[in-house]
Amino acid sequence: MELLITLLKVLIIPMLVINLIPLLIWMERKVSAYIQDRRGPNRAAILGVRLGGLIHNIADVIKLFTKEDIVPAGANKFYFILAPAILMFVSFVAVAVIPFADTITLNDGNIFSFQLADLNVGLLYILAISSLSVYSILLAGWSSNNKYAFLGGLRASSQMISYEITMGLAVVAILMLAGSASLNDIVRDQGPLPWHWNIFRQPLAFFLFLAASYAETNRTPFDLPEGESEIVAGYHVEYSSMKFALFFMGEYAAMVIASAVTASLFLGGWQVPFFSTEALRVLAPDFLPPVAFAALVQATVFLAKILFFCFLFVWVRWTLPRFRYDQLMRFGWQFMLPLALFNILVTGVWLLIVP
Amino acid sequence: MQLFFFYLFSLITLSGAVLVVAHPNTLSSAMSLIVSLFGVACLFVLLAAPFVATMQLLLYAGAIMVLFIFVIMLLNPSTNRLVKRLSFGGLLGILISSYLAVILVLRVVSFNKPEEVAISSDYGSLREVGQLLFSTYLVPFEVTSLLLLVAIIGAVVLGRQSLPGGRS
Repeated sequence: MELLITLLKVLIIPMLVINLIPLLIWMERKVSAYIQDRRGPNRAAILGVRLGGLIHNIADVIKLFTKEDIVPAGANKFYFILAPAILMFVSFVAVAVIPFADTITLNDGNIFSFQLADLNVGLLYILAISSLSVYSILLAGWSSNNKYAFLGGLRASSQMISYEITMGLAVVAILMLAGSASLNDIVRDQGPLPWHWNIFRQPLAFFLFLAASYAETNRTPFDLPEGESEIVAGYHVEYSSMKFALFFMGEYAAMVIASAVTASLFLGGWQVPFFSTEALRVLAPDFLPPVAFAALVQATVFLAKILFFCFLFVWVRWTLPRFRYDQLMRFGWQFMLPLALFNILVTGVWLLIVP
Repeated sequence: MQLFFFYLFSLITLSGAVLVVAHPNTLSSAMSLIVSLFGVACLFVLLAAPFVATMQLLLYAGAIMVLFIFVIMLLNPSTNRLVKRLSFGGLLGILISSYLAVILVLRVVSFNKPEEVAISSDYGSLREVGQLLFSTYLVPFEVTSLLLLVAIIGAVVLGRQSLPGGRS
């Protein structure tokens, strides 16, 4: 039974990420269109049904599947194929420690949690796993045997290593407040009141983490590894067909993970504003068991928070221009890193003074 | 079950380690080292030390090996230039590694299985490791960080001297 439940979780939770990807691609196109005063995708239709442009995704999939899959003659074939696989692997494995709702104590005393694994180092696990995604880009750039791809790969690796440090240090302040690295504990520690959430207790850490996560996912204003106007398409310039699609999907999957982590760390995760888990269970309607109702509402609110941060990703991409490369490095090392260290110092002093 | 996973992860670690030495392509060697480090991290998880495991991934596989690969890609050494002749350094390496191998084998041969002790649920967690680092092992910990600081400063000094124009 326990094995079956775990198996179901393994199937369902990564599926959630996969299913968000087409939605995000649609959102990216629509939001960018409305920001630029256009209508966005509105031509693809099945029997006249357009679903506001969602059908366009199906057309995309058919196009990507039927295109010729080219491996360049000078490429290192093994790493060329391995690279996109690493990207998807990293996204699906990282989602394992994200809690979607409060734990439920079952009748027999067992605890049922809405996450794959409640590690006591959950947060570090996410940092560790997502730090592996740099290999995907590095290998893609190198194995393509293309100058532009190589430049993109080098840019990506130096950028991701630099911003990983800021990301880790921004998270340290959160660890100090919560006294635990388990994501479930961090979420529970924030409580249902919005002004107790870490975004208000740790505003500096929030902005540092947000900026670093944009750099880690290679999104504008940190999308120098792709930099269309300088190096064509960067590390995935030689990729076509479904291998390109994997990079495309991997970017959005990484966005979902980054949004979920940001929501858990700073926006109270599955906490419903003003309603604790107990209050939700009291409020449950007759036709649903109270625990199921509470979990459902919490998961929905968490999903809304994830989608909000995904929207923020898109919003920022179509608003801000790209950094110049030296600006990017200086910003990371000389501005964000000292600020993150300063934030840890202030948090430490605060924890010492305030009991 | 646990034994199966132990052998699986050991196999991953060892085959990775063998490939590091045996593979003619430098980049593939470095990638095999990552696989090997990944296997070691998995072994740490089996030993109920999740913190050490994640640190192994985060620092070695996630940061240090990236720099290795970065340098390999920039220099792009030719693939079939394996050192065939014996140098002094190589001889020294063989001596030291065979010494270590003998110690390891002796340790395994003379190994007595200890009594199984129930470990607390907190074992190997962030809190536990942190308390040990900042109480029992404070001095080694601080000395190590000092060593790293010296290494960083040394790298910066060396890097600055090689600037064109001779500014130091």
